[in-house]
Amino acid sequence: MTGLAATSGNDLTTADGVPLKVSLSRAQRRNKIKAVLLVAPLFLFLLVAFILPIFDMLLRSIDSAEVVTHMPNTVRAISTWNGEGVPEEAVFAAAAQDLAAGSRARTIGKVASRLNYEIGGMRSLIMKTARKAKKLESGPYKAALIGMDKRWAKTDVWQLIKRESGSYTLSYYLAAVDHKYAADGSIEAKPENLQIYVNLFFRTMWMSGLITLLALLLGYPVAFLLATLPMRQSNLLMILVLLPFWTSLLVRTTTWIAILQSQGVLNDLAVWAGLITDENRLQLIYNKTGTVIAMTHILLPFMVLPLYSVMKTIPPTYMRAARSLGATGFTAFRRVYFPQTLSGIGAGSILVFILSIGYYITPALVGGQSGRFITNFVAYHMQQSLNWGLAAAIGSLLLATVIVFYLLYNRLVGVDNMKLG
Amino acid sequence: MNKHIKVLGMAAFAGAFSATAMADSLTVVSWGGAYTASQKSAYHDPWTKKTGDTIVNVDKAQAGLAGLRAQVEAGNVTWDLVDMLPSEAQIACDEGLVDIINHDQDLAASPDGVAPSKDFIAGSLSECFVPQIVYSNIIAFNTTMFSGKQPSTMKDVFDLKGFPGKRSLQKKPINNLEWALMADGVPTDKVYDMLRTEEGVNRAFAKLDTIKDNVIWWEEGAQPPQLLADKEVAFASGYNGRIFNAQVNEKQPFQIIWDAQVFEIDGWVVPKGKMSKVKAYLSFATDTQRLADQAKYISYGPARVSSAALVSTHATTGIDMKPHMPTYGPNFKTALHKNDEFWADHLDELTERFNAWLAR
Amino acid sequence: MREPLTSEVPREQAFVRFSNVQKSYDGEILVVKGFNLDIASGEFITLLGPSGSGKTTCLMMMAGFETPTHGDILLNGEPINTVPPHKRGIGMVFQNYALFPHMSVSENLAFPLEVRKLSAAETDRKVKRALEMVRLEDFGDRRPAQLSGGQQQRVALARALVFEPEIVLMDEPLGALDKNLREEMQYEIKRIHEDLGVTMIYVTHDQSEALTMSDRIAVFNDGIVQQLASPAVLYEQPDNAFVASFIGENNRLIGDVIELTEDCCKVRMESGAIIEALPVNVSAAGTRSTLSLRPERVTINPEANGLPNLFEARVIEVIYLGDHLRTRVAVCGNDEFIIKIPNAQTHPVLTRGQIITVGWAREDCRALDA
Repeated sequence: MTGLAATSGNDLTTADGVPLKVSLSRAQRRNKIKAVLLVAPLFLFLLVAFILPIFDMLLRSIDSAEVVTHMPNTVRAISTWNGEGVPEEAVFAAAAQDLAAGSRARTIGKVASRLNYEIGGMRSLIMKTARKAKKLESGPYKAALIGMDKRWAKTDVWQLIKRESGSYTLSYYLAAVDHKYAADGSIEAKPENLQIYVNLFFRTMWMSGLITLLALLLGYPVAFLLATLPMRQSNLLMILVLLPFWTSLLVRTTTWIAILQSQGVLNDLAVWAGLITDENRLQLIYNKTGTVIAMTHILLPFMVLPLYSVMKTIPPTYMRAARSLGATGFTAFRRVYFPQTLSGIGAGSILVFILSIGYYITPALVGGQSGRFITNFVAYHMQQSLNWGLAAAIGSLLLATVIVFYLLYNRLVGVDNMKLG
Repeated sequence: MNKHIKVLGMAAFAGAFSATAMADSLTVVSWGGAYTASQKSAYHDPWTKKTGDTIVNVDKAQAGLAGLRAQVEAGNVTWDLVDMLPSEAQIACDEGLVDIINHDQDLAASPDGVAPSKDFIAGSLSECFVPQIVYSNIIAFNTTMFSGKQPSTMKDVFDLKGFPGKRSLQKKPINNLEWALMADGVPTDKVYDMLRTEEGVNRAFAKLDTIKDNVIWWEEGAQPPQLLADKEVAFASGYNGRIFNAQVNEKQPFQIIWDAQVFEIDGWVVPKGKMSKVKAYLSFATDTQRLADQAKYISYGPARVSSAALVSTHATTGIDMKPHMPTYGPNFKTALHKNDEFWADHLDELTERFNAWLAR
Repeated sequence: MREPLTSEVPREQAFVRFSNVQKSYDGEILVVKGFNLDIASGEFITLLGPSGSGKTTCLMMMAGFETPTHGDILLNGEPINTVPPHKRGIGMVFQNYALFPHMSVSENLAFPLEVRKLSAAETDRKVKRALEMVRLEDFGDRRPAQLSGGQQQRVALARALVFEPEIVLMDEPLGALDKNLREEMQYEIKRIHEDLGVTMIYVTHDQSEALTMSDRIAVFNDGIVQQLASPAVLYEQPDNAFVASFIGENNRLIGDVIELTEDCCKVRMESGAIIEALPVNVSAAGTRSTLSLRPERVTINPEANGLPNLFEARVIEVIYLGDHLRTRVAVCGNDEFIIKIPNAQTHPVLTRGQIITVGWAREDCRALDA
């Protein structure tokens, strides 16, 4: 910004001789400080509650410090092993030393948990040996360890330890896409009866797509009514649309259970009306149907509101103009009204879609076995299996998916055109 | 928006939400429902009466290990005592998330002076764990769903032709795989040997396949009695105490199939650094009288030998509690002791396979 | 300018006919009460009135967006009440133009042709011609938002005409423009009307706009046509007090009729002064009447003998307006009395407080309803 001074030859000054820029920046400093102070609390909040957790998640998805931290001697000793047969005595000695120390410090359990994710049974192998290793006073350690548990003579146990001896690992991401390291270190697909996440990713995507589509089909006419009805009726309708917002998620979801379950209201009505027999009650819940119905209901307001706010800005004269120009009601809608609502459709759809792939409570409660989302496994690995690395890897993939969809949307529609209200 | 981020954030900041523990207040994490109610009646209320300390119940035992890990990692442990299964307690102990318990020093001896290490059921004590109860995973049914012959064995549960209707099972491999094998004719003492082999696991899943389409999976302990009461299902697996509670306190027409029950113990762990704070309470809550008292409220067997003789009748209805206990002779004939070591080793891979199987 | 038509169209010539049309939205209040109007082919008719007077409702019924509660609208002798808007073949220009924002100017113009399934070549030709007509040849690829208000207005006009409708309806089309542009567009619309010979029904609340453009004007108030006449007749011979005050500036003097003959009526003001006026809308002696007198028809210090109405007046205010001096005086107890004095070389010089004589002819002072 010194270009002005350079080209004009001499600096502009105020009446009392202070350079204009200095004077201006002095005048603006107060405003700048004020602006920074106003934004600071939110920025700090976002940093602590949003950005740091995401960063933490990304870190956890590749973090594999357990082995190198708690078995440092073994990691050092095994680095020279060629990966064939069984390592030499020095590695066993280091392992015995690490296991005994880890058992005393009660840190070896972390190594056991970490390695057990890769090969079932590693937990008991590590823990049992660690407990016994405390009493081991002298070598030869190789014979001693194999004597405690003959699994120590297996090549793949040592290959696993060597592979996971770095600070970072890709094995969580491999697991998240149903792959794993083979014994020789190459990457291979898991056996078919252990494959789960890739299918779930796609199921989550297409079910979210279906939910978005249904929300659009149901929400569009409602938003249209809301935007065109006189104020009094539209206010009432708006309350009905917003009602789900004011009810707790759990209450809403359990209400759907009461309505949809096989002894529920809907089935009772259908039986009473003679549409189905008592023995052939429809299974509307604890499957995909249940998830789609309940989530469409829950996410409907997120579709209606952006649509409404866009439709509200379209004056009725456009439709009238189109009709006066000779278009039928349908043509006028298709060529004049609908194109103007595209930005609302885009905003509502991406909102519902992104929210939908992130939902987990509703699918967990009404989805049964077939209506669950990938997020349910994030929750599962967070809370039950405690495999936080895998949870973080799946979460990171989800985050990447959302970003991809967002960029795609930006490319197709343009974020500037997104109208949320 | 992204729930997983929230979960992570919550785990990291779990402390902030439950920072209710004051000097004279203990935060006790347990399983909720009828079980927490029995603990409140048998341990908490007498303790409050005796010392004036208040006790805050948190129903987070389902995610107890996860919560402990988050709190210890964040360096802000707010739980004072956690109810836990021994397999999880072992992991928590191995990872240094809980304090070591010196049973004979920290706990009360029996009234006639038997040291705790001798008085608790053999093999139930471990380095960081004090047992409270013996409970059982059983399958119960709603008697009104069967007009003719009533089911009585695990084979009947897998017999869709003879006993039609939906089944509700817990959404995890534990118990289900054992039951599948036992229903398929595997003797009780061979179940875990079988499950250690690929063929055994295949066999268990193949057996489960025969009823898979008729299973509604539950996740919270309160769900099975509800599903049975609503007649959404004919059979439901569950904890025997919860079913007992529905039978006795809610007068539900439920019946327990004791055949092939999988029993295990349940008890306390002390989160890292909390031993000095909870030692007095822990000693009180696990003494002979308190464990016997708990059996007045729920049909779980006391984990102390000296308590067994004191088990009497139900606190409100006055019925004899003994026939409702998992360890009662006729109930115990075909019982299987859950193998914690097996599950500590194989839970990860079998859960993965179970989930993949579910999703197919 | 074409010759002003007489206020009546022979019935057999009526191209558009409103026959006793009534409209109510809520079943309680009639916003249009018995509207009758015959419009000849090629005529420029303006519906003029304050907002809420029912004029726009009549236009919307014509276009087919509202249905008459009672009565018929006939086009070429055929009732069109049940014909949907898109089949009426009526062009319409809306208040805010209603140009489709997601289409270019050319696409906007092509829209009515495309829905009529014209060939692409034909459509292009007509769009081009319409753009030439409104002098926007180079703007076909722009979006409406990239045009100025006047340009948008012209596009709206071109769009309403491009499919060659026999009737064009305009709903306050110039309301959003500033004064200069508005006048320019008035001439533009007038020119197009004369070039194409299309029938135009124009709604406005701006009387000068109506006077400038129309063949005939229907003055609306309160759901009723107060007067239907050519601009000159409306201005010079208003039928009632509303029309007199709505069209042009007007001095109102209210008093009691004390004597009524065929061509003269004497009205006594509250100040006691008696004014001779032309009876237009008074029924009998003894009733109240509003006298209407145009400010430019008042003579200052007239010859003593020429006029029947001569009064003393006190000058309250003189405002210099360039081409004339607007003078407010107190006369006959009315101190809001306005006189327009042309700024001619010989105009009298008045000062505040000066006492002068004012006078006017009996024919210029119309005795109307109270």
